[in-house]
Amino acid sequence: MKWKGFVVPLGLLIIAQVCAQIFGISSDSLASPLQILKAAWVLLADGSLLKMTGQTLLSAMAGLFIGGGAGLGCAIVLGVNQNLSRLFRYPIEALRPIPSIAILPIFLMVYGFGYRLEIAIVAFACFWPNLIIGQAAISGIEPCMLEVSRVLGLKFVGRITKIIIPAALPRLFLAFRLAAAIALIVAVTVEIAMNPQGLGFELMFAQNSLRPEVMFAILLYIGIIGWGLNALLLLAQRRLFGATGSAEAAR
Amino acid sequence: MNAATRADSVVIDPLLAFRHVTLQLAGRQILQDINLEMGRSEFICVVGPSGCGKTTLLRLLAGLVLPDAGEVIYKGKVVTQPASDIALIFQDYSKALLPWRTAAGNVSLALEALRVPKAERPARVARLLEKVGLEQHAGKYPAQLSGGMQQRLQIARCLAQDPSVLLMDEPFGALDAMTRQVLQDEVLDIAKAGRTSVFFVTHDLEEAIYLGDRVIALRPNPGRVAQVFDVHLPRPRNQLTTREDPEFMRLRRLLFDFIQDTHA
Repeated sequence: MKWKGFVVPLGLLIIAQVCAQIFGISSDSLASPLQILKAAWVLLADGSLLKMTGQTLLSAMAGLFIGGGAGLGCAIVLGVNQNLSRLFRYPIEALRPIPSIAILPIFLMVYGFGYRLEIAIVAFACFWPNLIIGQAAISGIEPCMLEVSRVLGLKFVGRITKIIIPAALPRLFLAFRLAAAIALIVAVTVEIAMNPQGLGFELMFAQNSLRPEVMFAILLYIGIIGWGLNALLLLAQRRLFGATGSAEAAR
Repeated sequence: MNAATRADSVVIDPLLAFRHVTLQLAGRQILQDINLEMGRSEFICVVGPSGCGKTTLLRLLAGLVLPDAGEVIYKGKVVTQPASDIALIFQDYSKALLPWRTAAGNVSLALEALRVPKAERPARVARLLEKVGLEQHAGKYPAQLSGGMQQRLQIARCLAQDPSVLLMDEPFGALDAMTRQVLQDEVLDIAKAGRTSVFFVTHDLEEAIYLGDRVIALRPNPGRVAQVFDVHLPRPRNQLTTREDPEFMRLRRLLFDFIQDTHA
């Protein structure tokens, strides 16, 4: 009975619409569902949605790949080398808890407004979860498997590409999926806070220009994009590693 | 006494030798003054109570751990790292096989490590799988194979190294009795065909006598060689007649009493 899940949200929407029809809304911060849908259609039709979504997604994805990739790379290096891992333990512990949005003023001085600012902050935010989960993934590899690679005489590169990465891959991908959600959150946050581009900025702009229906329409789109991104990565994860996320199903 | 029992054993022109090997791990004395020699194409079985350092002996031979004092010598050289022609069969096959590679892929891993050209690999993989009777299962993943088949696959991967020495760490401990007997005979055949020396660690006293040319009994805390039993049983061994041989039963009695003593 899948339709049951839709009863409450649809019911609430209908009630909101009926109330708006009966009592009328003349508010700077509220809009009726139909007004929001209309605004959403206009945004879609005139191409402005495509533009702002493109700006936000480009920043989020670029930051995700740069920061996430660097995080996974560092995780592999630190995971393989225990000495290096000990050496960097405290710097990592000190830098990791910094809320990524707090470094906005610094990066603003370096990059000014625009893509580079946003990508840099997203990259910073995505670096840490990938590093931490990646390290855990590599230290969680079955020690027996590493001994197999030693006894067989695999060299350093072979050990990394043939044993360590495939063994850790399901958890590395999980790290990547979590980082993707973070990337979208941080990108929109940077736009709301400072950066004059993308969905976050348009959202604030609509609010400032007292157009609540546009504001809610953009909010709706942000939700859809976030949901879609996660669904896409979840699907990829299932296809690659099976429902349990184990490597056995990877074939 | 027919079977000599002595503390140290000397072999002419040994392939492998422990010379006064002592090892500590985490402050605990694991092995103390081990002296052993192993000849070419000799089958040595090691028995002893848990914690007597059986597996550690094997890991020393494999070059996975290095002794604190003394040395392990292979073909006249001190062992400092794993050698390409010493193969190790791990106790837990489910952890030693790569679950994301097929049976053929797992065997191929050994050839890749040996830098065998890509074109030669499929034929050699097929030959190795055939040797252990897995030619029908080349495309299957380890999780799709039974325990006995997985252990066979591990043996095939080790044979890819074309080893002079096969180190086996309780390889059949987790298998049912029938499968174990079949695999015991297969290992004997493989060792004979390749003139491979085998260093076989086991809990099972009968298995040790059935397979070995010599059975080495260890005593724990710290691990040291207690006794060496020479096994004078005719080859090829037979699961029925060998086990009914009076000499087999005599050795079984000796070993059994010995293990009882170490537990007391």
